[in-house]
Amino acid sequence: MSLDTVAKAQENPDASQPFAELGLKPDEYARIKEILGRRPTSSELAMYSVMWSEHCSYKSSKVHLKQFGEKAVKTDALLVGIGENAGVVDVGQGYAVTFKIESHNHPSFIEPYQGAATGVGGIVRDILTMGARPIAVMDPLRFGPADAADTRRVLPGIVAGVGGYGNCLGLPNIGGEVVFDETYLGNPLVNALCVGVMKHSDIKLAKAAGAGNLVVLYGAKTGGDGIGGVSVLASETFESKGPAKRPAVQVGDPFVEKVLIECSLEIFAEDLVVGIQDLGGAGLSCATSELASGGSGGMKVQLDKVPLRDPSLSPEEILMSESQERMCAIVEPSKIDRFLEICEKWDVTVTVIGEVTDGNHLEITWNDELIVDVPPRTVAHDGPVYNRPLAQPAYIDAVAKEVINVPLPTTAVEITSTVLKLAATPNLADKSWVTDQYDRYVQGNTIQSQPDDSGMVRIDEKTHLGVAVATDANANWSYLNPYEGAKLALAEAARNIATAGAKPLAVTNCLNFGSPEDPGVMWQFAESVRGLADGCLEMGLPVTGGNVSFYNQTGSVAILPTPVIGVLGVIDDVRTRTPMSFDRAGLDLYLLGETHSDLAGSEWAYLHNQRGGVAPVADLQREMRLIEFLVAGRTKKIFAAAHDLSQGGLAATLTEMVLRHNIGATVQLDNVGLMLLSETPGRVVVAIDPSQSAALTQEAPAQKIALTKIGVTGGDSLVINDAKISLTELRQAHTSTFKKLFG
Amino acid sequence: MKIGVVTFPGTLDDRDAARAVNHAGGQAVALWHNDADLRGVDAVILPGGFSYGDYLRCGAISRFSPVMEPIIKAALDGMPLLGICNGFQVLAEAHLIPGALTRNHELHFLCRDQKLTIENTNKAWTSSFTHGQEILIPLKNGEGAYMCDDNTLAMLEGEGRIIARYVGENPNGSRNLIAGITNERGNIVGLMPHPEHAIDSLTGPSADGLGFFTSVLNSFLAGSVK
Repeated sequence: MSLDTVAKAQENPDASQPFAELGLKPDEYARIKEILGRRPTSSELAMYSVMWSEHCSYKSSKVHLKQFGEKAVKTDALLVGIGENAGVVDVGQGYAVTFKIESHNHPSFIEPYQGAATGVGGIVRDILTMGARPIAVMDPLRFGPADAADTRRVLPGIVAGVGGYGNCLGLPNIGGEVVFDETYLGNPLVNALCVGVMKHSDIKLAKAAGAGNLVVLYGAKTGGDGIGGVSVLASETFESKGPAKRPAVQVGDPFVEKVLIECSLEIFAEDLVVGIQDLGGAGLSCATSELASGGSGGMKVQLDKVPLRDPSLSPEEILMSESQERMCAIVEPSKIDRFLEICEKWDVTVTVIGEVTDGNHLEITWNDELIVDVPPRTVAHDGPVYNRPLAQPAYIDAVAKEVINVPLPTTAVEITSTVLKLAATPNLADKSWVTDQYDRYVQGNTIQSQPDDSGMVRIDEKTHLGVAVATDANANWSYLNPYEGAKLALAEAARNIATAGAKPLAVTNCLNFGSPEDPGVMWQFAESVRGLADGCLEMGLPVTGGNVSFYNQTGSVAILPTPVIGVLGVIDDVRTRTPMSFDRAGLDLYLLGETHSDLAGSEWAYLHNQRGGVAPVADLQREMRLIEFLVAGRTKKIFAAAHDLSQGGLAATLTEMVLRHNIGATVQLDNVGLMLLSETPGRVVVAIDPSQSAALTQEAPAQKIALTKIGVTGGDSLVINDAKISLTELRQAHTSTFKKLFG
Repeated sequence: MKIGVVTFPGTLDDRDAARAVNHAGGQAVALWHNDADLRGVDAVILPGGFSYGDYLRCGAISRFSPVMEPIIKAALDGMPLLGICNGFQVLAEAHLIPGALTRNHELHFLCRDQKLTIENTNKAWTSSFTHGQEILIPLKNGEGAYMCDDNTLAMLEGEGRIIARYVGENPNGSRNLIAGITNERGNIVGLMPHPEHAIDSLTGPSADGLGFFTSVLNSFLAGSVK
């Protein structure tokens, strides 16, 4: 194929171009022509197609996401907000923490190991790009039914990929979720979160300022993998027929990324870059256009200088390739020698591929012929914006009329079988089969990891300052009421931070939905964003960034609306955290919060194939009082343990608490069936030494928090009213599920 | 006492090992794979990780690093040398200890808190323990199954060169539940689990791992290490 240049585009304005195959709509193609005043070259078309894809441009979600800015709380804690690679928050003592969550759903279905692995790799580079040392990862995952044949293909590969990549980078995996539902069968969700830490002065931004500064590409060589990953893969619905999309999946090399991290941190420490951007979705197209439009002017790039793994790649393919483990830096000429020296020390391939220019042109040449000449902003930021039609789906009113009708246990036999059934069901069963494949110890700062309510890492060994992170989504509630569902997920994640005594500080999100071209899905999305924005405003938490994943849909079947909310918290002394469970007998157990008849969307209803009912309404004022109480209780040393109630209600919480340190409990419950199974939000079980009972019984009512004494710790059984379940039997039920399913 | 901690490309637990050394009262000194200089250290730790991405075989490339030449020479001369996890694999590849580490029998990476018994307390890295002492430290590896031929196994058992053994279910398929072995002289130890991740109960499952680092310091102070 001959080279298509700007000159040729002017000579042959009417040449037909494969814009539809690249995922562009006719009106989008027309818009490109209008911007350029001519047809695009094939290289320009490649760039626009990936950058204007749903995945990169947020064209369907933008009009809704702007609420996160409009409704934002004013806070000094937010150092860098939405729009950069990741948001940055001040956590005190001169430290800044950056965290973000992203999806890698579509690639992980096609090629589970590599899809999941490169999902971890991508988010870690986003964090690194901010100037931070990555310190932990988390992975919320969702799969089809646990016993489905395809889940047996997808789950082991995804888990091995998350572990294979993260372990090799030396990043502790401190938590996540594993949830099963039939709607994820053809669309598993792989969300990856990374946390990084730096000093305030070390924050880096994606901008190419200063004419004459050099554009430097370093890291892995560019190959033919992941071409069109964001456009043909992540921005379309899966169909049962059609060509294999495997070539659009990237292939990762964690060793190269580990070396790239250390090399970059050494470069940052010597202050050798003006701006920096990682190469993720849309590869060089994204990095060059975003750096240029984030800076002062334009950029000239000699594309033929890009080191290639496959010398047969065309310029268009090089611009679209999503080969992993690459970074693009803007370096002053006076600092380039030292930059190259550090890369050589770490055996990292490095090439100067261009320079920053004045003006408003991103010019890319191939063997001295001009193949791209575009205003960089039009590629990076001025993509199409759609106000897609939305309509409340018919099912919403229908399910709201359904009355949950499930058996509630009353006798000892019924209580025992209910607790054992919940302990063993895949959504609530012990996840060690998964988390034991992840290194949670590396870096030596892990304070909490699975199965704790949140992951917690120490960031200063002398002062004991630490951060906690939790991710949550309750797709069952979001299905019944997306607005409340998003708020409830936010409240749950914040509560999971607070049970340990950490103070919630900031929010990130990964919004996983079906096709935005379906008005019902679009309504679910809009309602979720509205709920999250309202919730964050009410709770005083800034949204620091996030990610939208649409088209999680096979044919006409969309996934449940799954807004995964991540909350970051800070704790001034990790040594004083409240643990998730008790390690001795003789403590009193209390339930904080009221229990209502909230079986809609519960795990117990799901186990009885009931999807309907009315979701709980989030009471965020009450949640905030509870959070404050938990944080204050930690500093006053009231609690010996605290554990959140969520899916599976009190039954699941008690199971997890007694099994943690193999110390039993005896509890007495009125209305036992509902008390065990209801999933009313805003509840926590705490264990206290009896000497603290005065403090607890005075302070909880003062905070208007309902308090119920439910029992005491001790023994080798979980005793609930007349039912006595031995810990051995309970452990057997809880821990054998995953081994049986996945070997 | 100065203890060198080597960083190869892809090493992950170097900072943890240095922290453990300092915590035990020693002075950690960073050694770089490409620099054949031991910087006057009295002992060396090869920490865990995925040096060179575990390409070819775990440890197969690292053993040829410039820094390994003076390390091997000094260790053959009696300098205490501890290889943890990937470091154990490097020791095996360098033939400083017999046998090999192969893929876990369940074929996936395993991270868990592991009970061990300390079986030999006469050596440089284990003198702080008591014979038969049970300890709890993290185990995390994908290729941790210790393999050797029957004669070697009989020799290791016969000469008391098995430093530590797994307690309970075999986590990775190692022969005779071997978690760590030593050379004939007793100064070189290969250990699959991670004592550097168990120096306090805040970040690890226990503080049991500290014993390996205090052992070498005590041996040094007692003059049994030159």
